[in-house]
Amino acid sequence: MQLVWIIVCLFAGGACAGIAGRISADASRWLSLATLVVAGLLGLSLLQPSLQDPSVLIAGSDAPQGQWLHLVQAIWIPHFGIQFLLAADGISVVLILLTLFLGFIALLSAWKEIQQRVGFFYFNLLWTLAGVVGIFAALDLFLFFVFWEVMLIPMFLIISIWGHEDRHYAAMKFFIYTQASSLLLLAAMLALVFIHWQQTDSLSFSWFDLLGLDLDPGLGMVLMLGFFIAFLVKLPGVPVHNWLPDAHTQAPTPGSVILAGILLKTGAYGLLRFIIPLFPDAAAQFTPVALTLGVISILYAAKLAFAQNDIKRLIAYTSISHMGFVLIGIFSWNAIALQGAIMQMVGHGLSSAGLFALAGALQHRLHTRALDAMGGLWSSLPRLAAVAMFFAIAALGLPGLGNFVGEFLVLLGTFQVHATTAVVSALAMVVAPIYALVLLQKGFFGPPSAALAGKVDTVADFGSRELLMMGAMMLGLVILGLFPRLVTVYLQPALAGLQQLGWGG
Amino acid sequence: MVDVALIDHVFILAAILFCLGLVGVLVRRNIIFMLISMEIMLNAAGLAFIAAGSAWGQPDGQVMFLAVVTLGAAEVAVALGLTLLLFRRYQSVDVDNLKELRG
Amino acid sequence: MLDWLWLVPGLPFLGFLILFAGQGKMPKRWTTLVGVGSVGLAALVTLLIAVEFYGTPEAALTYRQTLWTWMEAGSLKPGFSLYLDGLALSMLFVITGVGFLIHLYASGYMYEDEDFPRFFTYTNLFVAAMVMLVLADNLVLLFLGWEGVGLCSYLLIGFWYRDPENGRCARKAFIVTRIGDTAFAIGLFLLFRELGTLDIQDAMSAATATWPRDSGTATLIAVLLLGGAVGKSAQLPLQTWLPDAMAGPTPVSALIHAATMVTAGVYLIARTHVLFQLSTDAMQLVALVGVLTLLMSGFTALTQTDLKRILAYSTISQIGYMFLALGVGAWSSAIFHLMTHAFFKALLFLTAGSIILSVHHQQDIFKMGGLRKALPVPFATFLVGCLGLTALPPTSGFFSKEQILNAVWSSPTGGQLIWAGAVLGAFITAIYTFRMFFIVFFGEQQTEAHEHKGFKFHVPLIVLAVLAAVGGFFHLPLTSALPHAGHDHVPLGVEVTAIALPMVGVLLAYLLFYRQIPALRQLFETGPLKSLAAFFYSGWAMDWLYDRLLVKPFVALARWNSKDLVDQLPAVVSRGAALFHRLLSLSQNGQLRYYVATMALASLVVMAVAVYTG
Repeated sequence: MQLVWIIVCLFAGGACAGIAGRISADASRWLSLATLVVAGLLGLSLLQPSLQDPSVLIAGSDAPQGQWLHLVQAIWIPHFGIQFLLAADGISVVLILLTLFLGFIALLSAWKEIQQRVGFFYFNLLWTLAGVVGIFAALDLFLFFVFWEVMLIPMFLIISIWGHEDRHYAAMKFFIYTQASSLLLLAAMLALVFIHWQQTDSLSFSWFDLLGLDLDPGLGMVLMLGFFIAFLVKLPGVPVHNWLPDAHTQAPTPGSVILAGILLKTGAYGLLRFIIPLFPDAAAQFTPVALTLGVISILYAAKLAFAQNDIKRLIAYTSISHMGFVLIGIFSWNAIALQGAIMQMVGHGLSSAGLFALAGALQHRLHTRALDAMGGLWSSLPRLAAVAMFFAIAALGLPGLGNFVGEFLVLLGTFQVHATTAVVSALAMVVAPIYALVLLQKGFFGPPSAALAGKVDTVADFGSRELLMMGAMMLGLVILGLFPRLVTVYLQPALAGLQQLGWGG
Repeated sequence: MVDVALIDHVFILAAILFCLGLVGVLVRRNIIFMLISMEIMLNAAGLAFIAAGSAWGQPDGQVMFLAVVTLGAAEVAVALGLTLLLFRRYQSVDVDNLKELRG
Repeated sequence: MLDWLWLVPGLPFLGFLILFAGQGKMPKRWTTLVGVGSVGLAALVTLLIAVEFYGTPEAALTYRQTLWTWMEAGSLKPGFSLYLDGLALSMLFVITGVGFLIHLYASGYMYEDEDFPRFFTYTNLFVAAMVMLVLADNLVLLFLGWEGVGLCSYLLIGFWYRDPENGRCARKAFIVTRIGDTAFAIGLFLLFRELGTLDIQDAMSAATATWPRDSGTATLIAVLLLGGAVGKSAQLPLQTWLPDAMAGPTPVSALIHAATMVTAGVYLIARTHVLFQLSTDAMQLVALVGVLTLLMSGFTALTQTDLKRILAYSTISQIGYMFLALGVGAWSSAIFHLMTHAFFKALLFLTAGSIILSVHHQQDIFKMGGLRKALPVPFATFLVGCLGLTALPPTSGFFSKEQILNAVWSSPTGGQLIWAGAVLGAFITAIYTFRMFFIVFFGEQQTEAHEHKGFKFHVPLIVLAVLAAVGGFFHLPLTSALPHAGHDHVPLGVEVTAIALPMVGVLLAYLLFYRQIPALRQLFETGPLKSLAAFFYSGWAMDWLYDRLLVKPFVALARWNSKDLVDQLPAVVSRGAALFHRLLSLSQNGQLRYYVATMALASLVVMAVAVYTG
């Protein structure tokens, strides 16, 4: 039941924060914080499984069930076979916890930055979080789609109301990309349900029921592509990644944190949970294409990141590059690569959120995002610079920090089945330091730029609120890097169950 | 009672009247004349109804004619009102000057 | 006592954490205490461990300590596990022992620097990572140390961050070594696919059981690992970063770029020697890389004018000898030379640091001159270092280099040609070493010099000088890790040549740079030899080549496509929509009569269609 409570708590808290914003901005802030604390505690309680015998609850399904920790099932629209079906295995729990954690980070980074229409902002923030939590838990396809849309609209508002100079263009681009792709998702979903109805004469949107459908190969490929494109846009992968640099650059800091940290993971989660289990044959056939797209994403985006002058754009392109690893990890579909893909999701969630929070802090202080207008900040902002160095190093995949575990496992696992893909992707090990170190050099080393001369000493270093926020993420990355088993113990049973659904299971 | 054999002649007359009206609407730029041309078109249609109703001995033709007349009257009332307003605002009844809806 | 093994990486790491948490605000005295003390304690623990280790009668003693399981995925289960054997212990001696001396020296050398605490933060992290590298019992953990030392190297080369040039050098070092690291990582993937384990000892025993001699897979893995080693140890073709790495403070050059990190490649190959033994081709390649590198960088060192760059090229050259030793299967000689090299090269760098500090950060040897009287202690220690580098008996360098040369002569992967190259290298070494020595300390004094005296400056120099002088008599406990090297019997003439040629080199340097015989000098300052010297000076134009071949095209490509061409794809859609919109709005022209006409026409068409299609 905690799953429902978390979502209800976020929805209700968001609504209350929105109303409270009419009275006072501070009330809205503290109310959101309280909501997140409650949701976070509920989230932690997810680590304790609530389900003793799942087979009783999921009646009439022969899907593997051992990995489920939580399940909530209720009738919703019986006429169309739609249920309110929330279920969580280890993967979902880990991602929900990541969502709530980054919710905190986003809240803290919004605390000072967002000064207009505060109540409405927190309303949107919490509703986005609720949508994402729903996505990670929903196993009824219709319910999944509802949450998919719930997450989208508030995010669109966050970008277009509180964003930077080009926000309307960016928000519209984000909206069109995601909305057009979710139309494909909806169509493919309905077709799948319809085929299931034809074959079994029962109408159901439940994931468990739709597993193992006997699909015509051509049709299966078309439906799979519908799902794949929707998730690829969200991931994002080349060639449908264009919305991301604009959206990230223009979004306010908390918006970027949420976008990079969590929203991108919903695409990866979709690939993992839906595409390969629902369409194992089509996905197997499609694997070479998906791997190629992943490799191109990794290298092409890394190259683009190097050429950017806008710090947020640079970070946005690194996100695309890192999510490429997730894509190849998932399509390699073996125990090591899958675990690596999820570790990469978590690690990237923390490191990119950290980098965006950092870029936001810099913009707040210097009123610019242009790297060539920075430089020499190491001496004037030592704490900020040290934090920046930490996250840049994490982003380039240094062992001992979270991203390395993900990247290494993905490459190691991929190499077992697709050696060439892994070898070409490994080139990112050379390109990643180029952009990461150039970021450090231009931003923090060298002499201060002309634009900054004289201003350097007047800007304030990190205060305690920001240190707390950054410190939490840094600690998270170190723990992920040195003790990844704290997380992977939750993933292993879930992945083992999931793996049986794909090929080679 | 119109002879069924003559009905073609009436229809041809109605068609000629309709075409005259249509041409009038198309070539005239003065709104008043366009309205008059439209009346001609309406009446051409009415003539066709009456003739057809009489030829086949059905009352529907006359019913339709009454409806057309009523419509025509209503239309003229509205249209003349609008024309008056247009003239007041633009000091012109030339329809080619009224192009504000151009896309 | 062996249980304390984890303290060896743990103490420097703790030092790092304390200094990091201190945010540079601790008093300098405490900083010194933590920064130097942590490495000193680690050295002490190493010593205690060594005492117990040597006390064990069994020669093949190894010790394993698992701290925790790191990752667990499929059959991959690397732990944070330490593995101690003779090889690791020898390396620990070098890292913590020489490292401690260098830290002590640095606490004097860096004292005036405003970023004094930051320096020790980085170096303590470096020592922790380097110890992790040598103690790792699996290749993933080794890779952690490997990348960790690379990071610290980057941070310390760019330590003086205000000059963008230092930043460039630091980035170059990191990125060039990363190219090698990528090969290394791919080697790990392949090894894991073939053998299903990344535990070093397991993998080595599995390798011999799985692959026949000269199997293609073993060769491929060995070559990939060699790629990693070549990057880290600045060997051909990835050697270009090391001379630029001299932008860092001099103690860093001594610690990282002479004594410890750059020898990690040698350690890696020694650690995985079983794999290399399986492949004659790989061994041959290692030997070739070694001999080519040592010759190339020797010739380059001959023409350099910057004191630290001469030492840098000589480091590349000496590591070339170690690679050569590995390539001919003289594993323990390679490690032996690694150790003696750590002594005399650290000594040379630290002395160079003292000299550079004394002459106000002047690094050009031609602007020093005649420093013999002003700097007596550096003069003495530098002489010892030079003798060691030249491998004149009875210094430590003599013993290790002689072992290597003899092994080369008699090994199947060596041979007489490679031996001749190595001896030629030794000859050149003697020339450039004493060129540097004579120019710096003799002749006319060109600049004022103020010697920095004191405990922190002199003790490390003297201790290292003693080690460099007598270190050759140490017996390394390598039997538990590396195959025992038999005594190579070589013809007397061969041995005499190898010993005599360096002496001839010293004599030649004496004539050229002390006596300054005009005829000889003229030979080098005119004609084809001069342009050849310019070619050598540029490091055989390798930087130029890579710049044109890799850096410039990449940067040009990135600049050209900085706006992301793929972004034009949705732009095509939006432009199409706009065009369509304009076409359609042409029909919306506001002409009432036009609307009537189209309506009439359309009705006509519809009716016509209805009539004629029935």
